[in-house]
Amino acid sequence: MVSFTIDGQPVEGKEGTHILEVALDAGFEIPHLCYNESVKPYGACRLCLVEVNRKGRSRMTTSCNYPVMEGIEVFTRSEKVLRARRIIMELLLAMCPGDKLLQEMALSMGVHEVRFKKDDKDCILCGLCARVCDEVVGAHAIQFAFRGDRREMIPPFQEEATQCIACGACVVVCPVNVIGMKEEGDERTIPRWKRTLKMKQCKVCGNYFAPWFQLEKFREKAKLPKDFFDTCYTCRS
Amino acid sequence: MTHSEIDAIIERYENKPSSILAILQDIQTKEKYLPKEALERIGEKLGMPVNKIYRIATFYRALSLTPRGRHEVCVCMGTACHVRGAQRIVDQIKLELGIRPGETTKDRNFTLETVNCLGVCAAGPVVAIDGQYFGKMSPAKVDGTLKKFRSDKKKEGANDKA
Amino acid sequence: MIKLSSPQDLDQYRYQILSHRRPDQPVITVCGGTGCHASGCHAVVDAFKKVLQEKASDNGVALRVTGCHGFCERGPLVVVHPKKIFYQKVKPEDVLEIFEETVLNGKILEGLLYEHPATGKKVVFEEEIPFYQKQKRIIFGNNGSIDPTRIEDYLAVGGYRALAKALFSMKPEEIIREVKKANLRGRGGGGFPAGLKWEQCRNAPGATKYVICNADEGDPGAYMDRSLLEGNPHSVLEGMVIGAYAIGSQEGYIFVRHEYPLALENIGIAIQQARELGLLGRDILGSGFSFDIKISRGGGAFVAGESTALMATIEGNVGEPRAKHIHTVVSGLYDKPTNLNNVETWANVPVIISEGADWYAKIGTEGSKGTKIFSLVGKVNNTGLVEVPMGITLREIVYEIGGGIPDGKRFKAVQTGGPSGGCIPESMIDLPVDFDRLTEVGSMMGSGGMIVMDESTCMVDVAKYFTNFLKDESCGKCTSCREGTKRMHEILTEISEGKGRPEHLDWLEELGWVTMEASLCALGGTAPNPVLSTLKYFRQEYEEHILNKRCPAKVCRALLHYRILPDLCTSCGRCAKACPEKAITGVPKKKKEKGEPFVIDQQKCIQCGMCLETCKFNAVEVQ
Repeated sequence: MVSFTIDGQPVEGKEGTHILEVALDAGFEIPHLCYNESVKPYGACRLCLVEVNRKGRSRMTTSCNYPVMEGIEVFTRSEKVLRARRIIMELLLAMCPGDKLLQEMALSMGVHEVRFKKDDKDCILCGLCARVCDEVVGAHAIQFAFRGDRREMIPPFQEEATQCIACGACVVVCPVNVIGMKEEGDERTIPRWKRTLKMKQCKVCGNYFAPWFQLEKFREKAKLPKDFFDTCYTCRS
Repeated sequence: MTHSEIDAIIERYENKPSSILAILQDIQTKEKYLPKEALERIGEKLGMPVNKIYRIATFYRALSLTPRGRHEVCVCMGTACHVRGAQRIVDQIKLELGIRPGETTKDRNFTLETVNCLGVCAAGPVVAIDGQYFGKMSPAKVDGTLKKFRSDKKKEGANDKA
Repeated sequence: MIKLSSPQDLDQYRYQILSHRRPDQPVITVCGGTGCHASGCHAVVDAFKKVLQEKASDNGVALRVTGCHGFCERGPLVVVHPKKIFYQKVKPEDVLEIFEETVLNGKILEGLLYEHPATGKKVVFEEEIPFYQKQKRIIFGNNGSIDPTRIEDYLAVGGYRALAKALFSMKPEEIIREVKKANLRGRGGGGFPAGLKWEQCRNAPGATKYVICNADEGDPGAYMDRSLLEGNPHSVLEGMVIGAYAIGSQEGYIFVRHEYPLALENIGIAIQQARELGLLGRDILGSGFSFDIKISRGGGAFVAGESTALMATIEGNVGEPRAKHIHTVVSGLYDKPTNLNNVETWANVPVIISEGADWYAKIGTEGSKGTKIFSLVGKVNNTGLVEVPMGITLREIVYEIGGGIPDGKRFKAVQTGGPSGGCIPESMIDLPVDFDRLTEVGSMMGSGGMIVMDESTCMVDVAKYFTNFLKDESCGKCTSCREGTKRMHEILTEISEGKGRPEHLDWLEELGWVTMEASLCALGGTAPNPVLSTLKYFRQEYEEHILNKRCPAKVCRALLHYRILPDLCTSCGRCAKACPEKAITGVPKKKKEKGEPFVIDQQKCIQCGMCLETCKFNAVEVQ
């Protein structure tokens, strides 16, 4: 266990973890958008900034990817940190003025106005959808493309995401809920990835329970028999 | 591009995934762009997901997913050239060819690109066409320079946008 | 080619090469650097080849196409050895005369000599030309004597002597001590002590270590690394082998940006020739030390020049930087200890090893030892590459080497450090060039781009230009960098279009602050420098744009007003023909009739400036 302090309070973290996880567990509030415990930290949103004092030198850094180290002093609410977070929040809000979560966070941080010309984007480019799809699900259906202010999250070639299994993990993990998934009859669609998949029907209860494409992928990977998914999860248990 | 042509390029790099950028550049040199099928084939042979390849293909300016013209007109936008008026050169070419940077003329003869420094700063402003450098450019010289590369005598107009 | 398997073999081979070269042998060297390519040196070289083929069968006259000589403004350059008679702006038509008069008869052709712009005095020999006099070309000087595609030329000037010394007379720790003593600081922009980096890498745990040469040179306006790689690639290779030996690395990479095809070609040839001779690869010179180098090509992304992004690109990932809480010397390429240095830094190593750290440390200032190669470009008479000792003042560089500002215009500022640097105004022109001094005033040494600006440069436009560059080149990961540069550019654009507001200056400072403080890598971390430094030293110019909607330098198009002066207009009609918007009308003069002055329709005018360019009577006025 590694011992250090946050805002003067002594805390402990396992070797290999990062400041943000330990801080959140210990009850400290640090705003964050692109952090999720199911995937590796990325450091894109820059909201989780803290000041870290190490061996007498202080620097402002993101806490989600700063490894815990013995004896460091972390400050989560210094003047500098609060000022930086506010401007970043303002920049995010200028990018996606319609996001409810951003509006709430902004208010709670004391950001009341957006001075810059408002865009009409909805995606905050946190990358969580792609990171979950790559690291947890393993479908590799979507990724960032382009660079700089043209960066966006899209399926390859901006066409239908042909590797997407419509599992809905991206829908769940998106902090601003801009990825929708809907079901109509025997079809499940994720409009954002231009993905429509036909669903398989359970032989027992007759419900459409999962996309064919998804089930086939699972079958292949786990080397299951051909009729394994003829019965849905509910009916099987 | 045939699968065997693509495979040959990949084999030149010993099928190593770390050589993805070099592979893409070689295909770009040959085909003047990256066909979708090529990226998919590379994904198969290297065991690399296409979403990663697409990301790399759109990240680097040297790569293009849409066909480039026969002649690439590259205007240097480096600081030295900028200070000597490079923006006016771009504007003049935009007028003459009817396309914006990154676009290709309808007859696929010219692609206009801006580059962030060709390293020929003493001769600025510089325009490179197909690797040939034209130094000490000025808006007045644009027409004469482009003439050397025109496909036919007909002048491109503002209507011929790709 | 034979394989050299001992330092004695190397000495013997070198002796053999030199014995075939008479010191008084006539050699015609033609600069083959990219700058001279653009001025047409190919045609000059071909002309010489033809003449030599036809006329010089037994004279023993050699033709050597060398690397960049540095005086790019005056290319094509021809230097006739052994006297080193310097001819500039040579055309193919001059070649026969040069051969017959100068090479064969020793006669000087006055018309091709450099002429001092102020006194009209002609200068015959290279070292007497003012451009070269204040330079100290310990790294770059050999370019003029070497054909980069022939390793024999490099050996003839003493090349690879330092490598033999390092491998056979020094231990790795000694080499590192020497480099530390010389205080060689990174020439790529960071200025970090190279010796310290090497030491940290050597001490990092793990047997597999990498050395990398960063030849991505992304700063627009900088082309020193290009010219070193094209003109003297072996100097870089030699440095890398010495460094690899000191660190304990067996594998190296040279990462060259894809916009430099000639550099890629020449370094490839150099590597092959070095391998063939046994100076690279397995068991170098029979020392038991093996080290080889692979070439990696960039893809056209400035951010990929950042060390972690560069390593990501080599690994086959997208060139995005990563957090460096654990330094790359401990965990870098493929998570192994990696030492990355810039081209010029590597090229300094052989000099330090062969001449010694004490000799090296005598050059320069307390904190910055040795020399630095700068690309002196922009509004300056003698544009080109210059190598000067650290500590020389900006004034000396701009005026004594650079020859001052052309067309009698006034010096306004010099921009150093590329997009990560800042502008230094006239009031500081006596500043000594040194890593720390430049950083103190809000700029930085950077990779060596030095762009001179005069009164016709608009500082708001300069800030806008750099911010636009950074916005395009940002990888886009960090909110602070991506949105920060975007919004700064937006504000600067509004200011340049006459839509600026007083509060915009405060917003720029705030955005600059957060981009610097909150971003992951040095691109974001230094992005505000061009804006903040121009705001600091040229605030009144910004205020002119905002409060009076005026651009004093007459650059910002939307604030310009083009007018034809009726008294000077001769009604020739040239401007009307040139106007892309057909905004100029008037009655053209005919044979017997005078015609009427032409007028610009302000509604249609897009301020492109074509009329000003085409008018031969100075009748177009810009306000």
